[in-house]
Amino acid sequence: MSIYITDWLLKGMVMESNQLDAVFTALADPTRRAILARLAEGEASVAELAAPFAMSQPAVSKHLKMLERAGLVSTAVDAQRRPRRIEGTPLAEAAGWLERYREIWERNYQRLDALLEEMKGLEHQARKGRKQ
Amino acid sequence: MTGKVSIVASGERELVITRMFEAPPHLVFEAHTVPALMKRWFTGPDGWVLATCEIDLRPGGTYRHEWKHEDGRTMGMGGTYKAVDAPVRLVATELFDEDWTGGGTVNTQLFEAVGNQTRLTTTVLCASAEARDNMLNSNMEAGIAASYARLDAVLAGAPIGEEV
Repeated sequence: MSIYITDWLLKGMVMESNQLDAVFTALADPTRRAILARLAEGEASVAELAAPFAMSQPAVSKHLKMLERAGLVSTAVDAQRRPRRIEGTPLAEAAGWLERYREIWERNYQRLDALLEEMKGLEHQARKGRKQ
Repeated sequence: MTGKVSIVASGERELVITRMFEAPPHLVFEAHTVPALMKRWFTGPDGWVLATCEIDLRPGGTYRHEWKHEDGRTMGMGGTYKAVDAPVRLVATELFDEDWTGGGTVNTQLFEAVGNQTRLTTTVLCASAEARDNMLNSNMEAGIAASYARLDAVLAGAPIGEEV
């Protein structure tokens, strides 16, 4: 039941920003996360990125395209190597999104805290009433 | 007073959401199962109200929630109770009208007494690992954990791709 907040925010935020959707799609794949982790260490060419994976360079390029579409990776201007580098902003937005939905969830639960205080009070009164 | 909500991934398909409440389990359980009480807190972000809340609280019974925004938007979801064990456990399926969870989820809520408090543990079982990861984006953390220190710099807006 409580998970509705997750869905809700996915819906709201994704409609708000197609790029955020692209970010989460891009991050849903382990190879792309590994590429991102590698790029977090510093920029690298397609050949360098392909090396640790049992994958062809075109396959890695395909993953890179998805990461680029999400704005997570960019290509540095270097005609020879065309090194890829990680971009910070979309990740920061994704992290902000996660924090926002946690906050909305927490706000729901704070309303529940207030309601429970009220319920405890009523229960206490009822018990006192029975004793008298 | 009470701890903040914690959301963690578990296994391949689960999310586990935990929070403490300053009330005994029977009250927390009641607040989760009585429509008039649900409407008081289960409202979501500002501007929304839980307009419809129908609960048939028995195994095999269904529930239906509909939210309305002041600008006219609506959103609904519902499901079926698989187990109702008042006041300690609720198991129910959940599916949104627009399926955001990749096939719906099965949610188990445990209401556990801790002194005068209640620990509410909600385990959300997703239809697939992908659906789970998309929902929480939990693997973003796991996948990049190895270079977290570097990622922190990224998030802080430090220049990337330069020699450190």
